Amino acid sequence: MALIQLKGVAHAYMAKPGAPEDYALKRLDMVWQDGRAYALLGPSGCGKTTTLNIISGLIRPSEGRVLIDDRDVTALAPRDRNIAQVFQVPVIYDTMTVFDNLAFPLRNRNVDRKEIRIRVHEVAELLEMTADLKRRASGLTADAKQKISLGRGLVRKDVAAILFDEPLTVIDPHLKWLLRRKLKQIHEQFRTTLIYVTHDQNEALTFAEQVVIMNEGEVLQTGSPQELFENPKHTFVGYFIGSPGMNLIPCQINGDAAIVEGAPIALGEGVAERGRAAGGELVLGIRPEFLRLRPTAEQGNVPVSVRLAENLGNFKIVTVSLGRLALKVKVPEDQEVPGEWAYLNFPPEWTKVYADGRLVE
Amino acid sequence: MNKWQDNRAWFLVMPVFLIVAFSAIIPLMMVVDASVHDISGPGNRVFVGAEWFKEVLGDRRLHDALRRQLTFSGLVLLIEIPLGVAIALAMPRRGWGVSVTLLVLALPLLIPWNVIGTIWNLFTRPDIGLLGVLLNGLGIQFDPTAAPLDAWITVMLMDVWHWTPLVALLAYAGLRAIPDAYYLAARIDGASAWAVFRYIQLPKMRGVLMIAVLLRFMDSFVIYAEPFVLTGGGPGDSTTFLSTYLVKLAGGQSDLGPAAALALIYFLIALAVCFAFYRALQNVGSGDQR
Amino acid sequence: MRPRKGTIGLILYLLLLLLPIYWMFNMSLRTNADILNEFALYPADPTFANYIKIFTDPAWYSGYINSITYVAMNVLISLSVALPAAYAFSRYRFLGDKHMFFWLLTNRMAPPAVFLLPFLQLYSTFGLIDTHIAVALAHTLFNVPLAVWILEGFMSGVPREIDETAYLDGYGFPRFFLTIFLPLIRSGIGVTAFFCFMFSWVELLLARTLTDTVANPIAATMTRAVGATGLDWGLLAAAGMLTIVPGALVIWFVRNYMAKGLALGRV
Repeated sequence: MALIQLKGVAHAYMAKPGAPEDYALKRLDMVWQDGRAYALLGPSGCGKTTTLNIISGLIRPSEGRVLIDDRDVTALAPRDRNIAQVFQVPVIYDTMTVFDNLAFPLRNRNVDRKEIRIRVHEVAELLEMTADLKRRASGLTADAKQKISLGRGLVRKDVAAILFDEPLTVIDPHLKWLLRRKLKQIHEQFRTTLIYVTHDQNEALTFAEQVVIMNEGEVLQTGSPQELFENPKHTFVGYFIGSPGMNLIPCQINGDAAIVEGAPIALGEGVAERGRAAGGELVLGIRPEFLRLRPTAEQGNVPVSVRLAENLGNFKIVTVSLGRLALKVKVPEDQEVPGEWAYLNFPPEWTKVYADGRLVE
Repeated sequence: MNKWQDNRAWFLVMPVFLIVAFSAIIPLMMVVDASVHDISGPGNRVFVGAEWFKEVLGDRRLHDALRRQLTFSGLVLLIEIPLGVAIALAMPRRGWGVSVTLLVLALPLLIPWNVIGTIWNLFTRPDIGLLGVLLNGLGIQFDPTAAPLDAWITVMLMDVWHWTPLVALLAYAGLRAIPDAYYLAARIDGASAWAVFRYIQLPKMRGVLMIAVLLRFMDSFVIYAEPFVLTGGGPGDSTTFLSTYLVKLAGGQSDLGPAAALALIYFLIALAVCFAFYRALQNVGSGDQR
Repeated sequence: MRPRKGTIGLILYLLLLLLPIYWMFNMSLRTNADILNEFALYPADPTFANYIKIFTDPAWYSGYINSITYVAMNVLISLSVALPAAYAFSRYRFLGDKHMFFWLLTNRMAPPAVFLLPFLQLYSTFGLIDTHIAVALAHTLFNVPLAVWILEGFMSGVPREIDETAYLDGYGFPRFFLTIFLPLIRSGIGVTAFFCFMFSWVELLLARTLTDTVANPIAATMTRAVGATGLDWGLLAAAGMLTIVPGALVIWFVRNYMAKGLALGRV
């Protein structure tokens, strides 16, 4: 059982950080519950790997504390932390056999030989690598090497969490899902905390129970894939999650409605008032999945011109113009798309307003 | 590695073949020719078969030179390879220190070989050399021109000074090629500094170290100018190596037969060792996925 | 994080490395009489007399010009024949390719002393003795194989799709090779030129044997320091210092390429 907490953690790679931009990771408070699978998702350079390395102890944060089960480990070296980590490049010890590779972390911790043999065989069994134990690790394929890297984490009984830093980048596409399934299976079997860094949303959404979205050194939202989809707390989350991403259009507030290109759009209860109070730059956001395209005018609908309809198999993506703005609408494949003019319906429960990028709640 | 099969590639290799043929094959043929003839004057050639080879192979001075040569090459490898690796390990990985270190290390490699001899002559002479004067001032008798042991120490010192930087540069290149993830993973796995060296750095350097061993063996095996300038092969014959002996033999006689035979034997030894290393290198190359 | 012990050791080693060179520099700034009279750690009364003598006496400085001439010729010859050959080795399989490659490498390993006599005979037959081209040609013996070896490494790093695309776009081999391929391996050519320069510059046994008066390299002129009154140590030291300068300049210019070339593990 292990609970990992980051308290006021921040990190800058330079010696004397001043401006907020100097920080690769801005002030962060975060709790990683025991036994859950997390994904850290964000574009390159957003601070995901920094966060990961702070947890494992490869980096000592410039500020804040790291706690594992309420024990302050901020000053401890990685080997004293019971955290395992798998890297983007498969790391194996070339001159050793698969067995020795798997035994390496245990030998470094002076575990006795009988125990090592038992543990290594268990892990090999789990990874379906028992037949390869006597082979030299250097001759293996990239996915097998990555399995060994994972195995070196699993072999340690006391391990509090296993961290993954984009572990599937160098793996052939058809082997990726096999490895990912293996990971899920291991997670379900052992209930070890997993933290998985990736910039691929599909990987994150299929793998994790909890997804942490990061951008520019900040955590923007943590939630289940469904929460992130239905209720993005930040325009970046809306745009980054989903394909295509959320429609984000500038708007003003007038009375109870948002005004986009002169057209009023109805909002949920009290949203307009809170939006006005929040001030700043207001943006209206709605997912293409929630917009409805109608052939005829109805109460509260907005007239748009149809620009392009792409058939993507199970559904169509329709691009429409509202004044100077372009919006994407996802419609079922059997729905007829009007030729030139159509009417858009914005269901108020899915129509979000963001002030300076943050959701108005 | 699937290369295109095309024998027309020979046209591209032809210039190299011609130029190397001119400076290698023809001279080699001439050596072979001279080694089986007794030429006592113009137009006076007698085929003597393996006569010269027998004479040279039975030559005690050659045996001594070969023994000295092997001792020298062996000692050079024993000192320079570990020292070079140690230097590479101590070198900074980034920052301005890298350029400075590289520049200083490369300096001895670009000094003409006979000037190397001159530098060490100036440095070790008991009358005007810094090292010579210091040692003698400390009461240690040191004179490379008179004492064989001192001459040996000086030649060794000179070679270590001259060539360890090459080993260090190669080893450093090997170290730099190791992805950071290896060091990070080793820290996660709780590896000690020794384990990192033994299981990550050394295996990853194996390829370049083989090249370093090969180059150092071959270059020390054919060494001529530096010890010649420094000691002239003396005192006595104490620092006469194979090349020194070959040049002495060729220079001292009007008949090129014995020198040619010796040159061929010398070349064959070099070739055999080279081939062994080449095969070893190929095995290393196929061992990892480079 | 690195233990300071290593850094201190490294600095100490680098200082020791520079010590013999410093000693020669020290001597080059002193007159012969001064050197023989008094042992001094630094020149108390530095003089440039030795350097001035070298720069004003054609018999002295012609040695440097000769050396630079044949080294430059050698680098040009080595590169121009090695480039197409390295391309062939990196792209094609052909009859005897592996044997050819190994044979080339054996020449890198050949003891120069072995070739001394036949070179003398061969070049006298062609009337090449005492010319710059003779030395440049002799040095191709070890530089061409080396150049092929290094260049092949760099070329193998260029994906072959680039060649295929160019040929599909209708490029002929010469145009593709000169306008597309060579610019891609610029740094490789720089590294190769560096090593060719280095090995041609430092080799003096062949250079000295194949020349007489006209194309004499620095080495031969250095023996001129032996005058009627014995060795002029100051002059010898100054001449030695000057032979280090071209090498130091070259290192300075290629310092950025050097790491790259070394990364290939080829020398």
